[in-house]
Amino acid sequence: MFTKILVPVDLAHADKLSRALDAAADFALHYKAAVTYVGVTAETPGSLGHNPKEYAERLAQFAQEQGKRHGFEVETRAVVSHDPAVDLDKSLARAVKEAGADLVVMATHVPNVADHFWPSHGGKLASHTDASVFLVRG
Amino acid sequence: MSDDGIPAPEGDAALIETDYEIGQDNITTTVGPFGLDVHNPVFLISGLSIVVFVLLTLALQEQAGAIFTQLRDWLTSTFDWFFLLAGNIFVLFCLFLIVSPYGKVRIGGMEATPDYSYRGWFAMLFAAGMGIGLMFYGVSEPISHYSSSFADTAGTPESWAPLAGAPGDAEAARRLGMAATIFHWALHPWAIYAVVALSLALFSFNKGLPLTVRSVFYPIFGERIWGWPGHIIDILAVFATLFGLATSLGFGAEQANAGLNHLFGIPVNDVSKVILIGIITCFALLSVVAGLDAGVKRLSEINMGLAALLLLFVIIVGPTMAILTGFFANLKAYVVDLPALSNPFGRSDDNFRQGWTAFYWAWWISWSPFVGMFIARVSRGRTVREFLIAVLIVPMLVSVLWMTAFGGTAISQIVNDGYTAVTEAALELKLFAMLEALPLKEITSFIAIILVIVFFVTSSDSGSLVIDTITAGGKVDAPVPQRVFWASFEGLVAIALLLGGGLGALQAMAVSTGFPFTIVLLLACYATWRGLRSEPR
Repeated sequence: MFTKILVPVDLAHADKLSRALDAAADFALHYKAAVTYVGVTAETPGSLGHNPKEYAERLAQFAQEQGKRHGFEVETRAVVSHDPAVDLDKSLARAVKEAGADLVVMATHVPNVADHFWPSHGGKLASHTDASVFLVRG
Repeated sequence: MSDDGIPAPEGDAALIETDYEIGQDNITTTVGPFGLDVHNPVFLISGLSIVVFVLLTLALQEQAGAIFTQLRDWLTSTFDWFFLLAGNIFVLFCLFLIVSPYGKVRIGGMEATPDYSYRGWFAMLFAAGMGIGLMFYGVSEPISHYSSSFADTAGTPESWAPLAGAPGDAEAARRLGMAATIFHWALHPWAIYAVVALSLALFSFNKGLPLTVRSVFYPIFGERIWGWPGHIIDILAVFATLFGLATSLGFGAEQANAGLNHLFGIPVNDVSKVILIGIITCFALLSVVAGLDAGVKRLSEINMGLAALLLLFVIIVGPTMAILTGFFANLKAYVVDLPALSNPFGRSDDNFRQGWTAFYWAWWISWSPFVGMFIARVSRGRTVREFLIAVLIVPMLVSVLWMTAFGGTAISQIVNDGYTAVTEAALELKLFAMLEALPLKEITSFIAIILVIVFFVTSSDSGSLVIDTITAGGKVDAPVPQRVFWASFEGLVAIALLLGGGLGALQAMAVSTGFPFTIVLLLACYATWRGLRSEPR
């Protein structure tokens, strides 16, 4: 049913992603689908890397660990954004298109009043891409 | 290198090895449903001390006004030579870097590519840097210098004329007036911005340090920069930025209100001004929430488009040939008078040197952390030479053209047509008085008032982004509600000062921060030179 799964990851909160990561792995193994882990970074130095190159290396390392753990091949895609606090959804939507993914599996929070002002990334992604989106509550 | 160290940016670059991890001092929490990721203690101390300063100024208005105004006047009159000398050093430093081999160093590593096209980049540089000033001073300053130079008193100690003035000689007074105005808006202010921007960009994109003002001082303070010396530098930068923006917003609302009254008869009162601040703040909020690309950049481009339209209109319907030939004549006058105007010693034009030049330099310097940091953020991928030419030379040429078109047209209205409305109008209305003597005055005046408001929005949104980044310890991906907080806070401070009084007092204080920052900037030149020396080129 699915051939390419995209898994957006926030490396700063990798500890909160385990359910989504496991769900993505289950889908991948069940449908024998390829998995791409995608992360969004700024050009400026940050806690996850002092430049996009370092960030991409960290993301690749993270993905390799996932691949080894679940036993499948992985790809990564580090998207560079001028303003990731705001452009995250757009960057992810672009990554879905460029990767040709037909399923997105991602973690999302329990909605609260803040979602009226800033809707969840998963929700926005579902309304801005053709791919199926599977949201996993932490 | 280990995971904790700093690996290379794109391509070769000389790196600073530090164990400090960006965001390690940050507090990450939630306030109600909203996330928060702020630097401890920069965010809290900046926010609280701004509230305390505003309350104290409101409570002790007269005393605060007197103290800060005296402080500013004392600094600009006692240390005028220091401001002028420092300004010259900044210009020479930048010109030296343009022609030196260090010009080949690329911001972000040797293989980095520019993030923005020239159009978007210039638009953002200009809109953040000085747009609003050009609207208000483009007409009034050339007239002021022309009038004081032409007056019989020019050259006396009471005169405000630049250098010795040109009593009774209209042509020489016009030339000097334009040269003196351009002097305040061309190389020197942009060299100030360029020094801050280049140093921040270099230490962030090439050396891997966080994008905050403290990073520039790593070569001087070393690891201590992550402690209190760094906290104080960042807090000062937040202070100067917020008060600079809030007081300008307050005054801007007064000026925009006067313009709207002049055009549409909208009453000049507190309600109108508060509504204006509210509108500007709302647009700034929408812009920062939309982000750097969809908000700030797009608005800056619209802003530049409108400004170019107005400029083109004045050139076409104004004295076209006079403006076009005046451009080269004024550029020449500026170059010829530059050594005399920038000379810090042995001059007798105290009022001009202290009241205009030193004040301007302090003003530009107090704005430099904000403008410099914003320019730094959008300049990755440019070489040092390309960066400095773009930040120094292009704005200089635009400023000369703008001043020639607006100021030159106004002076020509006075000298050639005997049109005195421009001289008689209040400062904030001089632009409109000039436009009234040209065709289609309703349309151009309306565009001008829109431009005034949009220029405030573009300063306000980029300022809020900068304050948010500094108070988040250099993180640019902190939760969006923080930007909303700073943009709203700036509007509220402006309203409090407008209603309670104290706009002048706190603007004087903001300008006074120009003095310590001048020292900071001189150190930044040294740090940048050291930083560039170790870069591959």
